Amino acid sequence: MGFAPAFPVLPALLVIPAVGAALVAVLPRRRPEVVKQVAMLFSTATAGIAFWVLGAFETGPGAAAFQFTAHQPWIGDLGIAWNFGVDGISLFLVVLTALLFPIALMAVDPGHDEPSYFAWMLLLEAGVMGVFCVLDLVVFFLCFEVVLVPMYFLIGRWGHNNRTYAATKFFLFTMAGSALMLVGILAVGFLHAGATGDPVTFDLVTIAESQSLATGEARWLFATFALAFAVKVPIVPLHTWLPDAHTEAPTAGSVILAGVLLKLGTYGFLRFGLYLFPEAAHFSAPLFMTLGVVGILYGGVVATMQRDLKRLVAYSSVAHLGFIILGTFALNTEGIEGGLLQMVNHGISTGALFLLVGMIYERRHTRLIDELGGLQRAAPVMAGVFMVVMLSSIGLPGLNGFVGEFLVLVGAFMAHRWWAVVAAAGVVLAALCLLWAYQRVFHGPAEGDNTDMADLNIREGLVLAPLLALIVFLGVYPKPVIERMQPAVDALVAHVERHVPAFDEPVNLRVAQDLPKADDMGDGS
Amino acid sequence: MLDLIWLVPAFPLAGFLVLLAVGRRLGEGRAGWLATGAMAGSFLTTLGVFAALLGRDAHDRSSVTTLFEWVPAGDLSVDVGFLADPLSLTMCLFITGVGALIHLYSIGYMHGDDDFSRFFAYMNLFAFSMLVLVLADNLLLTFLGWEGVGACSYLLISFWFSDPANATAGKKAFITNRIGDWGFMVAMFALFFAVGSLEYLEVFETVASGGLVRSTATFVTVMLFVGAVGKSAQFPLYLWLPDAMAGPTPVSALIHAATMVTSGVYLLTRINPLLAEAAGWAPGMIAWVGAATALFAATIAVAQNDIKKVLAYSTISQLGFMFLAVGCGAYTAAIFHMITHAFFKALLFLGAGSVIHSMDGDQDLRHYGGLRALMPVTGATFIIGWLAIAGVPPFAGFWSKDEILAFAWNEHPALWAVGLVAALLTGFYMTRQVVLTFFGRSRYSDVRPGEDESEGAARAKHQPHESPWTMTVPLVVLAALSAVGGFIQLPFGSGTKWLEHWLAPAMFHNEAHLELGAGTLWLLALVAMATAAAGIGVGIATYLKGRIDPVAFERPILAEAWRLDHIVSDLMGGPGRTSFEVTTRFDEQVVDGAVDGMGTAVRSAAGVLRRFQNGLVRTYSTGVAVGAVALLFWFLSRSAL
Repeated sequence: MGFAPAFPVLPALLVIPAVGAALVAVLPRRRPEVVKQVAMLFSTATAGIAFWVLGAFETGPGAAAFQFTAHQPWIGDLGIAWNFGVDGISLFLVVLTALLFPIALMAVDPGHDEPSYFAWMLLLEAGVMGVFCVLDLVVFFLCFEVVLVPMYFLIGRWGHNNRTYAATKFFLFTMAGSALMLVGILAVGFLHAGATGDPVTFDLVTIAESQSLATGEARWLFATFALAFAVKVPIVPLHTWLPDAHTEAPTAGSVILAGVLLKLGTYGFLRFGLYLFPEAAHFSAPLFMTLGVVGILYGGVVATMQRDLKRLVAYSSVAHLGFIILGTFALNTEGIEGGLLQMVNHGISTGALFLLVGMIYERRHTRLIDELGGLQRAAPVMAGVFMVVMLSSIGLPGLNGFVGEFLVLVGAFMAHRWWAVVAAAGVVLAALCLLWAYQRVFHGPAEGDNTDMADLNIREGLVLAPLLALIVFLGVYPKPVIERMQPAVDALVAHVERHVPAFDEPVNLRVAQDLPKADDMGDGS
Repeated sequence: MLDLIWLVPAFPLAGFLVLLAVGRRLGEGRAGWLATGAMAGSFLTTLGVFAALLGRDAHDRSSVTTLFEWVPAGDLSVDVGFLADPLSLTMCLFITGVGALIHLYSIGYMHGDDDFSRFFAYMNLFAFSMLVLVLADNLLLTFLGWEGVGACSYLLISFWFSDPANATAGKKAFITNRIGDWGFMVAMFALFFAVGSLEYLEVFETVASGGLVRSTATFVTVMLFVGAVGKSAQFPLYLWLPDAMAGPTPVSALIHAATMVTSGVYLLTRINPLLAEAAGWAPGMIAWVGAATALFAATIAVAQNDIKKVLAYSTISQLGFMFLAVGCGAYTAAIFHMITHAFFKALLFLGAGSVIHSMDGDQDLRHYGGLRALMPVTGATFIIGWLAIAGVPPFAGFWSKDEILAFAWNEHPALWAVGLVAALLTGFYMTRQVVLTFFGRSRYSDVRPGEDESEGAARAKHQPHESPWTMTVPLVVLAALSAVGGFIQLPFGSGTKWLEHWLAPAMFHNEAHLELGAGTLWLLALVAMATAAAGIGVGIATYLKGRIDPVAFERPILAEAWRLDHIVSDLMGGPGRTSFEVTTRFDEQVVDGAVDGMGTAVRSAAGVLRRFQNGLVRTYSTGVAVGAVALLFWFLSRSAL
């Protein structure tokens, strides 16, 4: 394994927010500003470490292995251990998490019960960091499930009017989805031990590299993982918890939910789906690509007709995540890299969109599009920021959303071209949905309270500035990010190709390839 | 000098960034002059690069300057690189030249607007995107410019956003263009799939070495044509352009006449090796779509009463001529017409803006009349623009249109006939516009239907007046260019075809050749002249002399643009919207209903177990754990067999 520093940085990413959560929980609730500052301190320290990891991350053709690895046995008899490591696939999700949490904490004040609010937020951060950093199946599952609890309480206690329904739905839906995965994980561990004769282990790398499971078993077990991830992503038609959870969650909850939590599912597909079960992933790729395309179009259509801004953004997330799924199951470097980029980009853009919607809600106490209008006259800076974020979200080249989307579609085209041709129509729907919403909110004549809505203040500007900077930077110069992703993605693609007997090499580049219907097309001359 | 090519787009980008940061504090004068100065700097740099390129041998006039690697992923590697060759430089020259003039004009036109600096920021951003579009050395970077100009177009059409109609027009433009962009994207996927690169020169090399099969070339060409149809407002995606006139008039001149809408023509010219490789029906289709659009839009222009709508349909029609040329393989003729059209259509739009400016925003031709005396510079320059677009020799439009018609005849007489009728109508509707605006009795103080006398009298006090010098200077310069611009390519033997020789290195010998004798060419030119004269003559007879009743031409169906816009709007608003609503209701009631229904079913069926559904996470987790263990046993026992 790769480079391992003396200081256990990855465990620190998990431990610091967890300790912070414990500390914040016991702070007096009469001093909310102190509570917030302490919480900020812990999440900023976590961010500092994550950025250090980013800086020290080795790149280059050989950098496919896990870096910053740490190992601590836990339940020795069952071979369960705290194995940590990041590679190009998880690196930017760790950084994204570390970036979004301080922003979400700074942006929004909960209004009541500050100590428990910030404690849940920090615990949530610890759980998410765990998911992205650990390489042991059981510990992964633990973190994956732990994340639900803080989110449940954040929605249920600090959410909007219909919060109890949304929180319960969110919890039960995702819990039901992942219940089978626990079975799958245990089965994987024991079947692997049985097949190889080694002692039981749940170490991801060991199991994935040995590929000891029979094809039929692997397919069934993949299904248990896939169901959990599909709910989390969410993939249509398992998506209906998302609009409710997003809409009822407090602003910070929506930002984290969209920016980070949805990525647990897409990340899970890459790390535990494709890596553990390459043959099963390849076998089911047509299904998932189809569901991805359906998500892109269906999410776009349903988003267009929403009356609530938050629901609209939530459904547009469904479309974006459809792109990620499409790219992931293209099973080639372009598609997977595009999907990864799209994960990061969606976190930034949708996070910023939820922040902006939250800012409008704080001022106008409504999220209904019909009650807004003409806001650009009163708040030109907010309108400008909203415009940039929106253009990024609809994939305008030069802003971050485009590169990921384009790579996904290129990858999908190489794997199954007609899927990509249909999916590309999603760009029209995305434009329709968001431009129409923008027009109804910011353009037109302003009436009533819309005429004198306050523009962004300094704090809000500071909150949005890093996201805006990333939107432009990643659109113009995504190379540093792609470069660090590439070795791990290449290794994953090679792993899939190696373990799938019938992997149909989709393209032989630089050799003239014919498109279907070639004869029909050429005849007209 | 050639490696300074990056400065060409950098100037307007810098202007945009400065205006974005401190535009409001700069105040009107400085903001406007800064933006104009950025365009002028860009123009001067282009001139320098042009001179450097001219100094080289003809076969050596192509140079790529790579700035940095943009998207390196897997086998795909795309740079931010600029290709300086005769084609891109020609585009840059008129984009920056005409662009600088329109920026200057805008200083006068936008005077007093609340959002003065925002306007110039968008204009500079547009110029940057447009220059990236034409200078890019690969399709993906061209697409960046392509979408960038689309976004700027959207921002500028809905510039006066408080009016819902403007906001709607901007949105419509963006979304219609996105339909075309879908084609562009699919073309890029296919090209990358087949060639492994999106760089123009690499793709052309592959084509030249026979590495691209015909059907792929056809597919890519057709998909790029879909993109071009959207951007260049050809049938059936033209619907956004007439609405785009909601933007300030300099925007219509720069974006919706001279530059952005010609990018489709540029794109197809740029990829001429692919077009030459494609099956014959593909260029044939392009030619026919172009010719049909030229005629179709011209018929609509005949009956429009909004001075800008006439020019908008005229632009669609002239773009149709350019597509007709591209489809016939007459790339030089297409670029030639693009240049002359940039001169005279920018002139006409700016002249129209000058008229609208002095008429306090009134755009109705029926309220004008006799303005020549009150606005001598605008009147004289507009008349030159009229003669140029109508095809009167020796003004610029005659030469370029004549060349296109000759190639059309060369391709198929039917194409030529359609083009000729469109040219006839062009002479007619432009004459109508000029006469109604500048000649005859002045009608601005007339009492209009539904008004009382005092309102007409009130208007009479505000006599229309000539515009300030910042607006008239660009008019004069563009008028001069419209008069002599045709001399860059004359049909008198090979020695006078300067543009063709200059562009030749970018055409890779794919240009069609006229197989017509000198006699035929003279005859065609005479017929074209006679047609222009006929169109103008009927126009004068109708609108100046009053010998023909205008009702004979101004049919309601033409005024309503063949009702196509209504039909599409009705489809979108009716079945389209309904299908979206049905899908949304399906999501709420069926997909989500199933989830809620499951919850309800469980709750009611398991009334006995209600005690355990106490909302405590602990209880649920226990249940999950028990179930998990049970399933685990099942799995293990199954695999043990």
